[in-house]
Amino acid sequence: MSIDKATAAKVAKLARIKVEEDALPALAEEFNTILGFIEQLNEVDVEGVEPMTSVTPMRLKRREDVVTEGGQQDKILANAPDAREGFFAVPKVVE
Amino acid sequence: MTELNKLTIAQARDALKAGETTSTALTESCLAAIDAADALNAFVHKTPELALEQAKVADARIAAGDAPALCGIPLGIKDLFCTKGVPSQAASNILEGFKPEYESTVSQNLFDAGAVMLGKLNMDEFAMGSSNETSCYGNAVNPWRRGNDDTALTPGGSSGGSASAVSADLCLGATGTDTGGSIRQPAAFTGITGIKPTYGRCSRWGIIAFASSLDQAGPMTKDVRDAAIMLQAMCSHDPKDSTSVDFPVPDFEAALTGDIRGKTIGIPKEYHLDGMPEEIDQLWTRGKEMLADAGAKVVDISLPHTKYALPAYYVIAPAEASSNLARYDGVRYGHRARLAQGDGITEMYEKTRAEGFGHEVQRRVMVGTYVLSAGFYDAYYNRARKVRALIKKDFDDAFAAGVDAILTPATPSAAFGLGEMTEADPVQMYLNDVFTVTVNLAGLPGISVPAGVDKQGLPLGLQLIGRPWEEGDLLNTAYVLERAAGFVSKPAKWW
Repeated sequence: MSIDKATAAKVAKLARIKVEEDALPALAEEFNTILGFIEQLNEVDVEGVEPMTSVTPMRLKRREDVVTEGGQQDKILANAPDAREGFFAVPKVVE
Repeated sequence: MTELNKLTIAQARDALKAGETTSTALTESCLAAIDAADALNAFVHKTPELALEQAKVADARIAAGDAPALCGIPLGIKDLFCTKGVPSQAASNILEGFKPEYESTVSQNLFDAGAVMLGKLNMDEFAMGSSNETSCYGNAVNPWRRGNDDTALTPGGSSGGSASAVSADLCLGATGTDTGGSIRQPAAFTGITGIKPTYGRCSRWGIIAFASSLDQAGPMTKDVRDAAIMLQAMCSHDPKDSTSVDFPVPDFEAALTGDIRGKTIGIPKEYHLDGMPEEIDQLWTRGKEMLADAGAKVVDISLPHTKYALPAYYVIAPAEASSNLARYDGVRYGHRARLAQGDGITEMYEKTRAEGFGHEVQRRVMVGTYVLSAGFYDAYYNRARKVRALIKKDFDDAFAAGVDAILTPATPSAAFGLGEMTEADPVQMYLNDVFTVTVNLAGLPGISVPAGVDKQGLPLGLQLIGRPWEEGDLLNTAYVLERAAGFVSKPAKWW
């Protein structure tokens, strides 16, 4: 499997990271190096093996579906780059 | 008495208890050492006012006879931990200016135990790196040098600032985190002790996430006893982290009996690498002899899937990172890019993330995105998780056959020069974690103990891997190794 410039551009788009056109060939090259390394996994016989979901066999604890630490709007907005009138402000989303 | 900042946690604790010194004096000594060590670039956010305030409270508690385990002990905290009101940015520009409104569970546990925070420590950006060269604060520098050669060396990574600070006696101990070796490799590079406990021992709540199924916090200290004391304070069951276990935390310091007679130590043949420096092989052999001399039974074992640990890690960790780092979108915290006329929300995300994330982080997020994308999920991500199950089974089988702990080298080399790996491809840098990454994949406890120096005078570490939840036993074996190795070297002060 080899990654070309178009695939690199697609991955960058999916990851929401702007990559300039002229940086794409080098990026594709790096992906290929890393994926080449990962290809080794194909040597392993994984027939009948369950993919690991948790290193410790444990049942996740449950809790009541209730508000535990609510009413902290100011604190939640305190670090926002742009907060107005109790909301996070962002550029136009819908045309 | 020696300079106060050079004390171990245990020595300082005893001196405080005996009334021979005060937390304020200890803290002032560390603060002076920190201010004189800017060349190491270990502390990136200093908090002297907070430290002196906490020290004052600690002194009052000691005077009142109410001194918990770490009362008055000055520590450094890795920048990955969210600390209330203090910059916490995972060494990334994308979190510039972020001051959490909450405290991580681990740092809160340390404060509850009376600890004093001196400041935040340098690291690789989002803990992605093995040399502390991906930090937005610039490189942290190893206090050790190759003899009289003044080449600046890496303290390792990702907990490079923590390692440098403890090694240079800027603090009595520090927190680290370990996703693929980020406590144990820098500990080995700087001649200190670092333990990654069993996955689930320390709460991950409030620790900026990299790869959630692998991340664990742990202490980085001057010796094994300090690691036991500090780990004890860090561990707890935390309902805010669903993977934190509800097991009692045993008394780790009490486990340090120095008696390992009858224990079985496994030596995995797969950890012999071609081209590994002879000194590391020799150190490993000496380690085996030391444990055998102490009455342990040393046996050869096989962990057949070892070779596949790094490739599996470089699927799983980036996959989880791509998901965890999706939250840095320029909306809720940190950096937002300046937008051009007509830019919408997608341009905001893309520009913000391109400006805020460094090169290595971008690369890993994109690799993770790729292996999780439609059509590749099974071929890469699911296959890696299956291989991970086999890697864990290798360890399960060894423990079932009676092995109590496994001895390996901690790293495939001593500390290398900053910038020396710049030209190498990313995979070369990843090989630093070849001995440590298996432990994260299997969720096991692992400890790095300084055990010798190479011919250039640089420290080398040995790693012990323990059974799950048996940190006490593991620390005791490490304690025996530490005493037998008698590693007492300190870096000559040049900074």
